[in-house]
Amino acid sequence: MDLSEQAENIKRISGVDTKKCLRCGKCTASCPNYEDMEYHPHQFVYFIENGYLDRLLKSDAAFRCMTCFACVERCPRDVKPAKLIEAVRLTLVRQKDSNRLKPYDIIENLNADLPQQAIVSAMRKYTK
Amino acid sequence: MQRIGVFICWCGSNIAATVDVKKVAAAALNEPGVVFSADYQYMCSASGQGLVKDAIREKGLTGVVVCSCSPRMHEATFRKAAESCGLNPYMVEIANIREHCSWIHKDVAEGTEKAVILMRAAVAKVNLNQSLVAGKSDVVKRALVIGGGIAGIQTALDIAEAGYEVDIVEKKPTIGGKMAQLDKTFPTLDCSACILTPKMVDAAAHDKIKIYSYSEVESVSGFVGNFTAKIRKKARFVKEDLCTGCGLCTEKCPSRKTPNEFNEGMNTRSAIYIPFAQAVPKYAVIDPAACLHFKTGKCGLCERTCDAKAVDYNQKDETIERKYGAIVVATGYNVIKLDNFGEYGYTENPDVITSLELERIMNAAGPTGGALLRPSDKTHPQKIVFVQCVGSRGQRPCDKPYCSKICCMYTAKHAMLIREKYPDTEVYVFYIDVRTPGKNFEEFYRRAVEQYGVHYVKGQVGKVAENAGKLRVYGSDLLMNEQIVIDADLVVLAAAIEPDESAKKIATMLTTGIDTNNFLTEAHPKLRPVESATAGIFLSGVCQGPKDIPETVSQASAAAVKVIGLLAKDQITCNPCVARSDELLCNGCSSCEKVCPYGAITYIDKEVNDHGKREVRRIASVNEAVCQGCGACTVACPSGAMDLKGFTNKQIMAEVDAICR
Ligand SMILES: Cc1cc2nc3c(=O)[nH]c(=O)nc-3n(C[C@H](O)[C@H](O)[C@H](O)COP(=O)(O)OP(=O)(O)OC[C@H]3O[C@@H](n4cnc5c(N)ncnc54)[C@H](O)[C@@H]3O)c2cc1C
Ligand code: SF4
Ligand code: SF4
Ligand code: SF4
Ligand code: SF4
Repeated sequence: MDLSEQAENIKRISGVDTKKCLRCGKCTASCPNYEDMEYHPHQFVYFIENGYLDRLLKSDAAFRCMTCFACVERCPRDVKPAKLIEAVRLTLVRQKDSNRLKPYDIIENLNADLPQQAIVSAMRKYTK
Repeated sequence: MQRIGVFICWCGSNIAATVDVKKVAAAALNEPGVVFSADYQYMCSASGQGLVKDAIREKGLTGVVVCSCSPRMHEATFRKAAESCGLNPYMVEIANIREHCSWIHKDVAEGTEKAVILMRAAVAKVNLNQSLVAGKSDVVKRALVIGGGIAGIQTALDIAEAGYEVDIVEKKPTIGGKMAQLDKTFPTLDCSACILTPKMVDAAAHDKIKIYSYSEVESVSGFVGNFTAKIRKKARFVKEDLCTGCGLCTEKCPSRKTPNEFNEGMNTRSAIYIPFAQAVPKYAVIDPAACLHFKTGKCGLCERTCDAKAVDYNQKDETIERKYGAIVVATGYNVIKLDNFGEYGYTENPDVITSLELERIMNAAGPTGGALLRPSDKTHPQKIVFVQCVGSRGQRPCDKPYCSKICCMYTAKHAMLIREKYPDTEVYVFYIDVRTPGKNFEEFYRRAVEQYGVHYVKGQVGKVAENAGKLRVYGSDLLMNEQIVIDADLVVLAAAIEPDESAKKIATMLTTGIDTNNFLTEAHPKLRPVESATAGIFLSGVCQGPKDIPETVSQASAAAVKVIGLLAKDQITCNPCVARSDELLCNGCSSCEKVCPYGAITYIDKEVNDHGKREVRRIASVNEAVCQGCGACTVACPSGAMDLKGFTNKQIMAEVDAICR
């Protein structure tokens, strides 16, 4: 798949219509993990619409998204940026050998304070 | 001695916060002639006015001073109140202690001191006021509309429908204005001609409307209710009563190289021409600058071709004089010239066009028969770039500081229509802001983006350069913080609009105001948007400020209502504050006549009795119906003979003395 096909695919699997975006930036304004992300929700929307997907694929921004859905909740145009980010994540993890978390690594990262739910969600996020 | 009452208004806290109103009321009682003073929260309210009326009756007041807001706001209110209880309205004066005092001062002591001084001046004036009686003058029941675009047409139709005669004076050979050149119109995308031409035809067919096409108003004299206009009907060199509009002559004419104005110069027309198929009135007109007969004395083909014998090379301009009760200015706009915008290469590159040119290209009656072909090689453009705000919202000498208001919407329209008809075309719109307020406008623009996939890029275009048969467009995408380069086939510039070049001349002729951009000025931006500051002169359409068609038509109808309101009266009350010359002082020097902007002053020979000496003297005489009370003559008069009733030299000096006391 070339980049523009990939962008189309991201839109398809997320069900997001990027053209609905007004560029108001409210999604980014709402994002609690702003500091940690190289690219922000409104940029996911804009980049995918306008052929800059490569930048998103090279960045770890998608994995920094906490999937809190604040952007989805507050977007006045119902664009659902987090769904788009999720689709970028899926695109990345479906690339062969791109796992970021291997099951046997979990053991050494385990921490008594870490809720089990977080481990499961990290597995979902960082592996196929 | 007068018996004067002084009334101080708090204007809520507008005045009372900066002026000690009680102090002003107390100070008033020390002034000569003042027998009563009072302060009140809102003097203009019914109970405030009641206070004034009661005092007039109970204290037997002969003069009233209201210390309040500007006389522009409430002078009429208080004069009416006084009149209702038998006091001559011109015995009421306003001291403006709001705009002239409380609003511009912060310190209460200072504000109060100034308010007292302003009150003192007004009292000094009222002490010298005399009752004045306003005269009446007849209203000519006919209106003049200058400009026959959609604004002028709508105004004329509404006035005519109310039963009054209207003349439309249009400088071009046909009415219709810019709207006649448009293809489809936002926000509904109906065809412009389909909705405009019925109105043009209605105007022409209406028995109350007379259209002077190819004509201009040369001069206007008179005053509200009674204007006289000189209209110059330019020679068409075709007799209107004989021409059937068949157009045979235009086909035979051998001189065919003149740029066709209707198609924005993108094709040519013959020397004898009919501007477009639906022109109203539909008569041929000869352009003498292109006609071989006028240039060489030969040819004469059209004369021979015309079966109706309508061609008349000897026709002369005609001047018609008509009287009108009201005048409406509807002179519209033009798209600015783009010669000074070198960055876009408009003058060098035929494929860089204006949006109005695009309207013609997309129109079935246009130079390409409605096919979207670029001018240079008549090929279909695959990539089109629209540039917004060209010449609008800028501060260079070639720019206009205002937003032209219509371009965001018409570009969305163009982009959408192109994507609809040619889905293979890629369309980019470079914008600074997208401004689409208006009913169904935002939805319209979003449709261009969401449904038609037009690429809107936030940023301006810095340069357009020819590059191997394409136009290389250097733009910025501010949302990416990057420069972007697009190789386009066609570039369309949303050029700013400006008032017609005649606006300045018209404003001077009608002694009405014009702003720094040459838009005619309304009497009040909020409360009197269709009246000019000059009585009897009204504004309709884009000549007053940028507008789309829906807004233009609303304003046109509003102007018509104002005209109808005026024409419905048989007589109007004149301003009694007019000039008068003292026949014993006047030496007939003509100084006043020269400065009077309304031509109100003439000279008469009159027998005067100068301290027992009887002699006939040449003295100035003011036509009270024409005089507007501007006071220019009183200043010009070297012998102090000219005086303005209600603003006599003595009254003004008394005010000055009171201020300097
Ligand atoms: C490219 C483009 C696209 C547009 N598309 C739309 C659209 O889709 N929908 C919409 O609502 N609006 C549109 N508009 C705006 C629309 O054209 C105007 O709102 C409308 O034409 C204003 O009408 P008007 O009568 O005030 O002015 P005009 O149409 O300019 O008419 C003025 C008339 O007065 C005449 N005149 C001027 N001076 C004199 C004089 N001294 N003496 C006698 N006659 C005189 C002129 O010849 C002209 O006939 C568009 C404008 C442009 C430039
Ligand atoms: S909140 Fe919605 S409309 Fe606004 S920038 Fe984000 S995605 Fe676009
Ligand atoms: S001038 Fe004669 S030939 Fe020409 S349009 Fe009129 S009637 Fe026809
Ligand atoms: S209407 Fe739009 S394009 Fe036109 S000047 Fe205003 S902001 Fe610019
Ligand atoms: S005040 Fe004098 S100058 Fe002004 S309009 Fe009247 S006569 Fe003319």
